[in-house]
Amino acid sequence: MELSFSKKNKTVIIMVSGEIDHHTSKELRWQTESAYIDMSVKNIIFHFENVTFMDSSGIGMLIGRYKQLQSIGGKISVVSANEKITEIMQFSGLSKLIPLFDTIEDAFSYTEGREHHAV
Amino acid sequence: MQYENEARVLFTSKSENERFARVFIAGFLTPLDLTISEMTEIKTAVSEAVTNAIIHGYEEKRGNVELFCAYRENKVYIEIADSGSGIENITLAREPLYTSKPEMERSGMGFTIMETFMDQIHIQSEEGKGTRIFMEKTFTKE
Repeated sequence: MELSFSKKNKTVIIMVSGEIDHHTSKELRWQTESAYIDMSVKNIIFHFENVTFMDSSGIGMLIGRYKQLQSIGGKISVVSANEKITEIMQFSGLSKLIPLFDTIEDAFSYTEGREHHAV
Repeated sequence: MQYENEARVLFTSKSENERFARVFIAGFLTPLDLTISEMTEIKTAVSEAVTNAIIHGYEEKRGNVELFCAYRENKVYIEIADSGSGIENITLAREPLYTSKPEMERSGMGFTIMETFMDQIHIQSEEGKGTRIFMEKTFTKE
């Protein structure tokens, strides 16, 4: 798994490449938390275009970040998840808490509190 | 039952082996020409069961996880077993969003994903002895 971080306004965009499972989700959690603090942002966008696999460990990691951000009024969303990851996020109910978007622009509008069109 | 082809592997309950289990099953099933969706569903179900063995069966201590896979006609058969602590209440464990380890950010969706992605799942477990999960999936054959 490879990660890269960029900041736009009050949102950190985390580009994830590779597979998210129990093994890699621990690092993803740790790196996300430290980037969130270091960049002093409020919201998180996970860019999943290059995520080839995710199981329930990824759901757990995302719910964990949702809970952390909820307590301080931050928003979190996922962009460009593949078909199977979208399916997992939908039937687990996760997409109701963390909306899925096709484009970074829509995700950004959502996290920054403007109009949005979720998938 | 006489399978057309079968394979069995035993590996240490280390989290880096979750990926190994997925690569192993994908490699074994390659001759079947499954759709990408079918292959991803099987890999995800295997990943869930192996993760359960590592986190819940052995509680991240060292042990062995067994993965058996086979196919016959248009059906895939998978078994994942550990000799760990066993599941205290299988009905509760299968409930969506139930987790015995919320502090570890577990979503409680492991069994729900296995049930959604596979046609059949059967769990055998005895406290202090271990857990064996049986799964079956019929695939589309041209």
